[in-house]
Amino acid sequence: MKKIIGRTLAALLALGSVSTAMADQFDDGLAPSYFDAFKGKKVVFLPLAMSFDLPQVWAKAMETQAARLGYDFSVRDPNWSSDAGAQALTTLITEKPDLLVVHNPDMQVYARLLQRAQKDGIPVIQINLKSVATTDAYVGVNWYEVGLHQAKMAVEACSPAAGKSGKIAIMQGTPTNPNNAITMTAIEDTLAKNPDIKVVSSQSADWDATKAHAVASTVIKQNPDLCAYVGLWEVMDAGVAAAIREAGKTGAIQLITNGGGQKPACDNIENGTFNGYVSYDAIGQARDLTDAIAQVLQVKAKPGSQPYGIYTPIKDISRDTMRANSCWTMEDVAAAPF
Amino acid sequence: MSASQTERRQGGFKLTQENIVFFIALLLFIGFSVLLPGFFDTSNLLSLVQNVAILGILGIGMGIVVIGRGIDLAMVSTMALSTAWTVALINRGFGTAEAIGLGLAFAAAVGIIMGVLVAYVEIPAIFATLAMSTVIYGFGRLALVDLDVIYLPDNAIWLRSISNSFLGVPLPVIWFSVLAIVAYLFLRFTKWGRYFYAIGDNRAAARITGIPVRPMTVIQYLISSMIAFGAGLITASLLASVNIRVAQSTMVYDVILVVVLGGIGLSGGKGGVRNILVGTILIGILLNGMTILDMPFTMQNIVKGTVLLIAIIVDSLANPRDEQTAQQGDI
Repeated sequence: MKKIIGRTLAALLALGSVSTAMADQFDDGLAPSYFDAFKGKKVVFLPLAMSFDLPQVWAKAMETQAARLGYDFSVRDPNWSSDAGAQALTTLITEKPDLLVVHNPDMQVYARLLQRAQKDGIPVIQINLKSVATTDAYVGVNWYEVGLHQAKMAVEACSPAAGKSGKIAIMQGTPTNPNNAITMTAIEDTLAKNPDIKVVSSQSADWDATKAHAVASTVIKQNPDLCAYVGLWEVMDAGVAAAIREAGKTGAIQLITNGGGQKPACDNIENGTFNGYVSYDAIGQARDLTDAIAQVLQVKAKPGSQPYGIYTPIKDISRDTMRANSCWTMEDVAAAPF
Repeated sequence: MSASQTERRQGGFKLTQENIVFFIALLLFIGFSVLLPGFFDTSNLLSLVQNVAILGILGIGMGIVVIGRGIDLAMVSTMALSTAWTVALINRGFGTAEAIGLGLAFAAAVGIIMGVLVAYVEIPAIFATLAMSTVIYGFGRLALVDLDVIYLPDNAIWLRSISNSFLGVPLPVIWFSVLAIVAYLFLRFTKWGRYFYAIGDNRAAARITGIPVRPMTVIQYLISSMIAFGAGLITASLLASVNIRVAQSTMVYDVILVVVLGGIGLSGGKGGVRNILVGTILIGILLNGMTILDMPFTMQNIVKGTVLLIAIIVDSLANPRDEQTAQQGDI
């Protein structure tokens, strides 16, 4: 008995104290090989850029996991340049890390390189935007679903059946951007089924809040009975929010947006800036991602032979449905186990 | 024969680029007013000007540099990073005034460095400022702010209020007007203002005449950087956030477009605030009209590009270049 308690304690200690005592696993028939699978492995993350919330959350989670399991984790930051990203990817293929985690700028640009990496024996996990090339795992949001949720919120808020004007406007990012295109398809599909909803404006602001503000302020003046604005990214939609506030229409025009669910989003829902918010919960994605890493490194399948997806369960947040844990902060991420 | 004599001979009207652009703007204005319901409406016209106010403010800063035959490609970077730092400092608990002071000091330092690089180290402005733009962004990301988007805290009340409206007129429009008047008076009636024209027109001659060419060049970049900071503050106030990714956008080309469209030649020594206003208003009318028309994004780009091309073509037909009017350094 004493022995078992001792061993359990040792195992717990080992779990807590990182790589020092991993050889002393309690052998339940799996744990030793589990920990062995990560030792000395090299995982590299290629984000879009490290300067916004999503990659920071994912990277923090991988860092925490790397410290716990003893693999080597590094980030190559191309800072929004897909050329620099493609170059980094090319270099990485020759460096042969044990696993690549790639955040695609669009569906095409890395596709061939991802396939080449797999052919050269490097497993690849894609995050939040899937390339046309399917790799070992895709972890992230289903953009079509985000569009469906946003459109549904707009329809519910603005239906003439509920005495509303049925007029909505859409603020797009960059139309050629795949998540923009996919989300828009979903919105159009939903609206096709709801002919009483009329889109009075569908403009692009290039993900830029200043441009979004300019467009929205004009559209709001042209359509005094506008009922809702559907925006495709919370940061850009700060501009739409400013235009609504300036026109004195806070609350009268519903602003429905999407994002990763960081604390400022919930603040904005609380103070009425955002009325509907589709969150893809970046901290949940971080857990999905670290789980996928654990799986890919353990299973050791031939790269690309058994692809699978973990599509993020998205959540709709409004002032009525908001809870204390609806959003997260970077401190939450730093304190969370991965 | 001086330019004014030529004008008089042609009945006081000359087909300059400024006039061409003004006519295009006027045509569009009349066209939209007749065809688009809701265009010719006080509130819409105010929002039209408000929407290009930031562009116009940056245009004035750029114009001052261009008149002195320089160019400031770092303007948008300076704007983004200095304001982002200011807002980040407010978030860290600094007083609004202190934070703004530090942001302004940063912008000023950037301007002075660029000015020294251009005036004393004698690096061509286009390279010096292009390189500085990257340096500012890199330094800012490394040392000043760690996020792309920084939100203005709720307690920064008076910073928020600089984008409110006064008697129904949005404050950014008023700031733009005030700056335009000040810049006009400065360029027209002050010694320094006249120096800028002299330097832009013929740097060597200006120097022989005894104009302090190098210090004046530094002052130009100092002015453009500080104007950039001001434009950044108004944007931050309006959107309650700063997004430093604009530093890597094509916004600086829009600023140059406004300046060049109005007829300030990149060769320097020509033009004034009126040219910038004309360029800004044309862009404003176009953007507003296309938004009301709900024109698709790509179509808007085609229209913008076409209007610019038409202005340039008409100008080159009306004012063909020749050896005598062309200057060294003319792009």
